[in-house]
Order: sequence, then C-alpha cells, then structure tokens
Amino acid sequence: MAEKPIQEEKKVFMTGNEVIAWAALAAGADIMYGYPITPQNEIMHYWTRLAPKYGKKFLQTEDELSAGFTTLGGVLAGRKSFSATAGPGTTLFQEPLSMAEMMRIPAVVIIQQRGGPSTATVIYSQQEVNMVTYGGNGEGWRVVYSTATHQELYDYTIKSFNTAWKYRFPTFVLGDGYQAKMREPLVMYNPEDRGIEMVDPVASVGLPGIPGKDRSAVHLRNTYSVEEELYDATMPIQEDYDRMAKEVVEWDERNIDDADVVIISHGVVSRAAIAAMNRLRDKGIKVGYFRPITLRPFPDEQLRKVAEKCSNFVLVESALGQLARLVKAALFNMPIEKFDAVYKPGVGITAEELVERIENALK
Amino acid sequence: MAENLAMPKSWNVETKPHKFCPGCGHGLVLKVLGEVIDELGIQDRMVFGVDIGCSLLAWDFFNVDTVQTHHGRTNPVMVGIKRANPDLLPIAYMGDGGGYAIGSQHLVNSAFRNEKIMAIVVNNVNYGMTGGQMSPTTLPGQKTETSPYGRDPEETGNPTLGPEMVAAIASPGAYVARATVSNMKQLKRYMKKAVENLIAGNGFSFLEVISSCPTNWRTNAKQTWAFMEEDMAKYFKTGELRTPDESKEG
Repeated sequence: MAEKPIQEEKKVFMTGNEVIAWAALAAGADIMYGYPITPQNEIMHYWTRLAPKYGKKFLQTEDELSAGFTTLGGVLAGRKSFSATAGPGTTLFQEPLSMAEMMRIPAVVIIQQRGGPSTATVIYSQQEVNMVTYGGNGEGWRVVYSTATHQELYDYTIKSFNTAWKYRFPTFVLGDGYQAKMREPLVMYNPEDRGIEMVDPVASVGLPGIPGKDRSAVHLRNTYSVEEELYDATMPIQEDYDRMAKEVVEWDERNIDDADVVIISHGVVSRAAIAAMNRLRDKGIKVGYFRPITLRPFPDEQLRKVAEKCSNFVLVESALGQLARLVKAALFNMPIEKFDAVYKPGVGITAEELVERIENALK
Repeated sequence: MAENLAMPKSWNVETKPHKFCPGCGHGLVLKVLGEVIDELGIQDRMVFGVDIGCSLLAWDFFNVDTVQTHHGRTNPVMVGIKRANPDLLPIAYMGDGGGYAIGSQHLVNSAFRNEKIMAIVVNNVNYGMTGGQMSPTTLPGQKTETSPYGRDPEETGNPTLGPEMVAAIASPGAYVARATVSNMKQLKRYMKKAVENLIAGNGFSFLEVISSCPTNWRTNAKQTWAFMEEDMAKYFKTGELRTPDESKEG
C-alpha cells in the first residue's frame, strides 16, 4: 500500500482547490465522484493526479445528479466518498442530498460558490447559502462549514468527513471561487499526528453473511405510506440533529465586550471584516466581529449573547440577504439597536469600503 | 413443475403476499429474479436497488440488502456502490419511466461506460404508480391519463426501444436482452445470463421485461394477455441483442 500522503507537517503555498484534494487524502477519503463545473474543477484535477498513487478512486459522472447519487452509493458501500460542485451543480445536488438527509447517508460535498442565479459568473459569490443550508424538499438536516482561509479549507475538509460519519448527516464545506483559485500559505498535516481521531466508515449494504440466514437483510427506504409513519420516521432525525447541533456548532467572535458596533459576516468576507475592525480600532472606534463558521446548525445562542452586549450590527455579505435571513431568524424577538446591511451579490467586499461605511454611519 | 410453485429461498416471506396489484407482472419478474439469486448463490453479494414508481414496492421484497432510491436515480446509486466496492453485485430495478425518461441519461451513460452493474427495466407502457400516464414506451394510439385520445407519435414520438438503444452503444462484454412475462422460460434464461454476466464482471448487463398493468390498462385477464402478446409484441421484440460472446438467441 502506498505511503501516507502527508508524512509530516509542512508549510505549503497553493490554491484552495489543491488544498481540498490534499485534505481529502489526509482525511482518508476513498473515492471522489465528480462532474466538471467552474470554479471547483481543480479539485478533480488534483485528485485524479494524486489518488491513484494512494490507491484511491475517481469517477467522472454524466451530470451532478449522478455525481451526487454515486457519492451516496459509495457511502452505502462503506467508503469515504465525496464530491465537489458549484452554482447550477449545487442546485442539482439538492436531490441526492435530500435523500442523504432522509436516509442518514454521510456524504461530503465541497461547494465553491460562483455567481447566481442561473449560470451567472464562474468567479465568486456567497449566493449559495440558502441552497446549501436549506435546499431540497426537507428540513435542512445537514452540516455546513463556511471557510475563510486556506488553512480552514484544509482543516474543515478533514473535519467534514468526521462530522459526516460520526453523526451521519451530509456535510458541506462551503467555499467560493476566490478561495478556490487564489494561492496562500497553510500548514498541511496528518490529522492523526495532531491527535485527531478519524472516524472509520461503516458499510450499510454488503455486510458479511447471508441475509435472512446469518443476519437480517438491510432494507433502506425513503418512501413512507402514510403521514403518521413519516412523522415517526422523521422526528427522531430532528432530535438527533438537535443533539448534534450543540456539539458541532462553531463560530468566531472578537472584541465584543466593549463594542459599539459589531460586524457580522461569514466565509471569505470575514477577512475584510476583521481588517476593517482592526483599522477602525486603530482609530479608536470600538468595533467587534461575529462570524458563524457553521451556517447549519447556526450559532443562534452565541449570536443572541452578542446582541445582549451590543446590537448595533453591520451585516455584510456577497449576496442579497442570504446570511441576513439566518441572522434575523437567530435574533428573533430580541431588541435590536440597529441593523445595517451591505449586500453585494456576486461581488467581493473590501476592508476599505467597510471602514468608510462604518465611519460614515457613526458620524 | 412443483418447484415452481414454491417461493424462492431469497424471498422475504414476512413481506408476502407482495404489494403489487393483482395481475401485475412485477411479481413474475421478481419470482424469476429470486430463482436466479438462489441458483447462482448471490444473496450475500447482491445489492438490490429499487426506483420510485411501482418498483419501489419491492424495497423489502428479498432477503437481500436493498436500497430504495429516487425516481430515475437507481442506476447511479448502484454505480456508486460498485465503483466503491467491486465485490458487490448491484442490480438496479426500475420501470420504463425511471429507465427511459427521468433516468435516461444515467442509463445511457452507464451503458457507455460499460458499468459492471445490472439494470432491469420492467416495461408496462405507462406510469403505474402515479395513475397511468403516458410513458416513453406507450404505444401509438394507446390511451392513457395524459394521452386520453391515444398517443399521437406526431406530437409525442414513438415508443422508446430501450434494449435496441442500449445495444447500439454498449461495449464488448455487455449483455442486452428483452424478455416478457408471457414467456417465463425465456425470461428465466435471459435473467440468468444477465446475472451471470454481472458476476463475471464482463460489462453492463441490461434486461427489459415486457410486463402487464391491468389496473391502469383497465383490462381483464384475457385482454391483458392479448395486449402483451399482440399489441406490445409488435413493437417490442424479445431476444438477445448483445451477449459477451456475441452468440445471440433471437
């Protein structure tokens, strides 16, 4: 068998898509199923170059529906399986992912957001938040990690396999075209070397023994005959999700205690938010920062605690209120001093414009 | 023929009698499949995938690990399983709507890639579960809920010839055949050869089975049989279209 893909910790300088391919290898992923769409293509490009060296597999499917459903098949066969997509591909992925939610199939899917709606741009946006958090005909039973840096792409790609297989909910890493295509430094490592215990995959079908003789046959379904039967099947899933939520929810907050204004953002935009906060702090303006890392489950309680201290919010996102909808739901019924929003669908956001916006607002 | 009256050993007796309508052909197809599973001893390696439509009613039919998927998506789920664990023997089971309409891109590309899985399309020339709409294989002039004046080929094309389509694009090693529940001996021969091809891992195995739907055809027993053996048989010729050694029974 081939050696471990990463022998020791090392600092590297690479694009986000390459980072993800390496992270999937480090996480012990067995097989990738994929269909070309920009800006995620290089994940497949690197995976197809690296995978055979380590006994891993790849299948290029006929479309994203097939990429999604073959990924589910790989998981059912007991292999760590993943895919990657974007934009209209994310739309098609909602069908297989809804099956994954209903049948508790721990698929991992990397989303590199591009502009929307429709084909739009191949570059960048944060417009796939609605779809990735609550897409499909269901209740949003998935975990969504929104990353901001290449280090996080590495860390959360590894973590997504563990979250998926531990809790058996489909898990997304939500990046974007900027993260996919730009190069920046990060440290790659073997998760085991850092004490991260990787969760072993478990097969759902093809178990040892003859079904009906040595063991019961596995009969997996997502169809139910009557309303009450469905209710009895789905409510335990919600209970599992709620239990899991407390354990997996993640967020980042800085300078909240003395803040006069708090910037809320997620993903790569958080980097502009942090830079703006630091520059304004240098000018004596007390700015805080809050960032949900898991968009599903959302850090509701943590944000409400922030709002108890400071509820003069500036929300900023490269979409027309998709993060804002999650934030407002989390803050429901709380007294809010001010809720200013910067919406730039499909367009990047700089620290400079945030500094100017907040300075003007405080004048 | 006493043995033919017994249930195949691979059947799950706890879910019998089965859930299909009286006169439906699914029970016959699944009986033959059960016999072949028994004879070839694949109960522990097979994974049965059932589509949405009447085929979903077979989700607990066998003592075989079974996954009920989405409409048209059984082929890719089975492909995903096979690619991840080549020791398993995935068999996708679907109707003509799942195989030739919503799942046609998956069928075509599974055949193009010569996926080492088996697909069975039970062709009863309509969408049975949803109440008898026109399907890709509905015959010209046939009345359904969405072709109440009869299917007009000028408007909606001619019946899909699934095995002919698959045979045209299949690679060496593929097995492609059409059988009918009105000829059980032939059905059994083709089913067994298809499953043997799956076990051998030669290539894509594809079997269409002409089947009955008296509920939606609104036919009595005699009319049902006549429709299958006369009307359907005119369009859908039984026989082997591709075999791994290219020796066809026709």
